[in-house]
Amino acid sequence: MTPALETVGLHKRFGALIVANDIHFRLEAGARHALIGPNGAGKTTFINLITGRLPPSAGRIMLGGEDITALPQAARVRRGLGRTFQINTLFRGLSVLENVCLAVGEHAGIGGDMLRSIGSHRAVLEHAHSLLERLRIADHALTPVRELPYGNQRLVEIAIALGLQPTVLLLDEPAAGVPAAESAIILDVIEQLPRDIAVLIIEHDMELVFRFARRITVLVQGSVLVEGTPAEIAADARVREVYLGERQHG
Amino acid sequence: MSPVDALIRRHRLRAIELLPWVIAVAAYFAFADYLSLGSQILIMILFALSLDLVLGYAGIVTLGHSAFFGVGAYAAGIYAARVSGEPLSGLLVGAIAAAAVGWASGLVILRTQGLALLMLTLAVTALLAEAANKASFITGGADGLQGVDIDPIFGIFRFDLFGRTAYRYCLAVLFLAWLFARRLVYSPFGRSLVGIRENATRMHAVGSPVRRRLIAVYTISASLAGIAGALLAQTTQFVGLTVLGFQRSGEVVIMLVFGGIGRLYGAFVGASLYMIAQDQLAKLDPAFWYFWIGLLLVLLVMFARGGVLGLIDRLLRR
Repeated sequence: MTPALETVGLHKRFGALIVANDIHFRLEAGARHALIGPNGAGKTTFINLITGRLPPSAGRIMLGGEDITALPQAARVRRGLGRTFQINTLFRGLSVLENVCLAVGEHAGIGGDMLRSIGSHRAVLEHAHSLLERLRIADHALTPVRELPYGNQRLVEIAIALGLQPTVLLLDEPAAGVPAAESAIILDVIEQLPRDIAVLIIEHDMELVFRFARRITVLVQGSVLVEGTPAEIAADARVREVYLGERQHG
Repeated sequence: MSPVDALIRRHRLRAIELLPWVIAVAAYFAFADYLSLGSQILIMILFALSLDLVLGYAGIVTLGHSAFFGVGAYAAGIYAARVSGEPLSGLLVGAIAAAAVGWASGLVILRTQGLALLMLTLAVTALLAEAANKASFITGGADGLQGVDIDPIFGIFRFDLFGRTAYRYCLAVLFLAWLFARRLVYSPFGRSLVGIRENATRMHAVGSPVRRRLIAVYTISASLAGIAGALLAQTTQFVGLTVLGFQRSGEVVIMLVFGGIGRLYGAFVGASLYMIAQDQLAKLDPAFWYFWIGLLLVLLVMFARGGVLGLIDRLLRR
């Protein structure tokens, strides 16, 4: 079966610094896959290569079997590649509903409509609102994002990504910076994501990773160290070394 | 009421939005001796409104918007002097010429942001001003464009000495431009501009063709600025190099900041206040009036971000 997302020999260097080294990676359709690794391992760089924020130095990226290496960001999104950001990247002055509407509207292809009011695109608004209900933030629909608690802002990140109806969803540390009391809600939301979306999650929180992922890839210094099931990863001596070493230092 | 209905309702026309038009019509009867100032105000409102689309809504920082005002003025003026004095086709010529310059320059300079973009907007204006100065065989150069004769509107309404026709003409054009601008900012396109202003990274990440949208609004804004310039050329029957000057670019930004940017009505409030203040202060002290404008600007920016409309908003919310 064609993987939802695949990278073939993906390579990225900044001068002499190699941040992605010959990465061969497969994300199967409907996968629940985690990408872990110590700080500076190149996880976010990998995401930025996939989404097109950075051009790779070598290698190919395939989305549903199609080579998207040369496509700009927007074209990849239209083909079903959605993402969230490690650091909130939201429309802070706009309401929650408007935030999600912008995504849903672009996906529906009405973003360039100059002549009708958004009120005449009711289906877009209703769809955006249904996403807020699904993520249980509908009570805040008309609240400006900057006035929301941080945990809820993380949910808006996810709502925007879901508004694009992605086939592949990249979650970059979805619970980063969220107080423990609120992170349970985010975990619930991630666990309840539709089964047909292939999800790749980058996360430092090992509890979350082992609860959520059915496959784990470990990235160290831009290279894949090992890939396997959570049980295999937990038992892997090299992974322990990398992580325990990291823990002791930091 | 569901949030969806509440959001839609926010974009409905409210009674207060008709206030500027009531005032404009009342002013026509109340200040019959000031109609030429009135026309100038209406023209500057249109110019500031065009700026609001790029600066206020799309977040494109520019200090070179007089480029499009000037191109519109020269295009309409030359059209009247050389081709035909018919006013409406003259407006169209001004709009198209300014849109063409807006599109072509936007294509190049909208790759940049921030300070680089600001410099480039200044550079485009400087280039055009120098070109207009040099091409005196067609623009009249430093002496200005002579021989701009405008026919009656629809062949009926003659431009009179008291500026009655000019005022009504400017008011009608501004009204139509406002209808268009209002529709634009509440359309999905307009909302996507706000998205770009708020967070361009995220707009890229939701698949929005960000640069294409920016070029589109820049072109549209340029054409509205061009219409404003064309109105000035037609109602004063003269075009001078100042239409392309930095001063005009700077002034229109000040007007918009006075009124409140990204609010659609900031242009109305700001341009009116600025022009009336200028008129009154210059009467008191012809040399010193800019000092007071400067002082007012400092106070507004320091203590009332969002301009006069922002201030009113905050007072009403108390």
